[in-house]
Amino acid sequence: MLRETLLRKLDHLIEFHGKARESVLPVLQDLQATYGYLGEETINEVARTFGISQTEVFSVASFYHFLNTKEKGKYVIRICRTISCELRDKANILRALESELGIRMGETTHDKKYSLDYANCMGMCDRGPSMMVNDDLYADLTPSKAVDIVLSYR
Amino acid sequence: MARKIDVVFSDFQPGSALRAALGMTPTSVIELVTKSKLRGRGGAGFPTGLKWDAARSHRSDDKFIICNADEGEPGTFKDKNILEKQTAKVIEGMAIGAYAIGASKGFIYLRGEYKYLVKDLMKKIEELKSQNLIGKDICREKGFCFDVDIKLGSGSYVCGEETALIESLESKRGEPRNKPPYPAEAGYLGQPTVVNNVETLSFIPHILLNGAEWFQQFGTEKSTGSKLFSVSGDCRKPGIYEFEFGITIRELLKEIDADPDTKAVQIGGASGFCACSDDFDKPICFEGIPTGGSIIVFNKSRSMFMVLKNFVEFFQEESCGQCVPCREGCSRMLEGIEKFEQGRGSSKTINDLLELSTTMSLASKCGFGQSVPNSFRTIASKFKDEILSAGGGEVWRS
Repeated sequence: MLRETLLRKLDHLIEFHGKARESVLPVLQDLQATYGYLGEETINEVARTFGISQTEVFSVASFYHFLNTKEKGKYVIRICRTISCELRDKANILRALESELGIRMGETTHDKKYSLDYANCMGMCDRGPSMMVNDDLYADLTPSKAVDIVLSYR
Repeated sequence: MARKIDVVFSDFQPGSALRAALGMTPTSVIELVTKSKLRGRGGAGFPTGLKWDAARSHRSDDKFIICNADEGEPGTFKDKNILEKQTAKVIEGMAIGAYAIGASKGFIYLRGEYKYLVKDLMKKIEELKSQNLIGKDICREKGFCFDVDIKLGSGSYVCGEETALIESLESKRGEPRNKPPYPAEAGYLGQPTVVNNVETLSFIPHILLNGAEWFQQFGTEKSTGSKLFSVSGDCRKPGIYEFEFGITIRELLKEIDADPDTKAVQIGGASGFCACSDDFDKPICFEGIPTGGSIIVFNKSRSMFMVLKNFVEFFQEESCGQCVPCREGCSRMLEGIEKFEQGRGSSKTINDLLELSTTMSLASKCGFGQSVPNSFRTIASKFKDEILSAGGGEVWRS
């Protein structure tokens, strides 16, 4: 990624969120949404912009499940692993997606398009099994429905 | 027989309760809420009036009221529905709270999983602004200003704990703080702060409009009012229900059309308690079996060993790692449970884990670590056979 592009993006975000210490997380969230992950360069520039240490920014970024410090697929598929979805045969959804994408849970496809992850309760317990693809939430899944949804992300 | 209630999702005229509040002094608003005996609906059950009173008593020009919409307890989805369907009611609850404690700024801390709600929430906030129900000189009350902002979480269960939530709001790691000082004295940015659950806030306008006596006619003496339940698992009618506090498990199972061979009900999610048929006549309330609202039903075919393992895996993943009893305790507990799958578990393993449970509930820093042992203790004691035999293998259905 070009440093200038990153800096321009950061400028925009600071303009919107402000430069106080409590704006770090919203800025990280927006950078993650744009770039898909928060790499070393991004972390360093955020630290410089806010005038805090890189370790401090990294410790925040690495705390939250939805912030990635390593590169992931363009689309991160998160399957709910909470008990209510488990009772509604979440395992079949996982099996179908693993074999469709040719990866196991926790892995990313070679073309960097899809990553497969677990997430905890998504609040769809009465309509499970459920999953998220990036920010989009899906419930009432069947194996074929889950595959169709995932493949619709190009 | 406990009654089915319809308060939280009932019709409501935006502004009506706020105008009633503005006609009273802040102190008398707090007195009214205290008199209603409303307790926090997130699970801990702290009296809302006391929280407000404490925040009011600390002098500061910058006070905050935060709506805790970090609903993360496994099996809970009521707050999402309240926010979707009763946005104005929740925000009016916040505005009334702000008036009572003397705050002019509020945040809705929304869990990252619910990011898709942001657009509609923002739209509603703008609408309320245009109606002069938030913003400057609200309801033409000179000098009463209150603004609401939405802040997103990023996938962390522990941020539902109020001090961890505040840390996260300050863009730090979501690690709970030492108490005291309590947020009412030093919360967000060190200022007096009140953190209330979405459901708690949704009751406030109704209490303002109908009075404390009206609210107290529902529920039990120590748990007044009604409670929302998020129901999932082995039943014919999963979904959201509002019942009076004090409803027995048996009554609730009937309402949700639970499987006739129900053998266990998890009340309060992973951090809650497992009830077996011997418990079904116990009431759900703070003095009985307390809950933040999660109800998960298990029929006879389910392996309670797998249920327990699922909960402990969840805790092990979500522990913030700050204090040793919780960080190490969760990992050791999971190791112990996995022993049964590997054929290395014994009754001594269970006893060791019970001892670990005592340490965790006594020595953990926050409510997270303290409540991890709840499900272990209740499942291990009521379904010991299933633990010792590892539920007959890895299958969900025997």
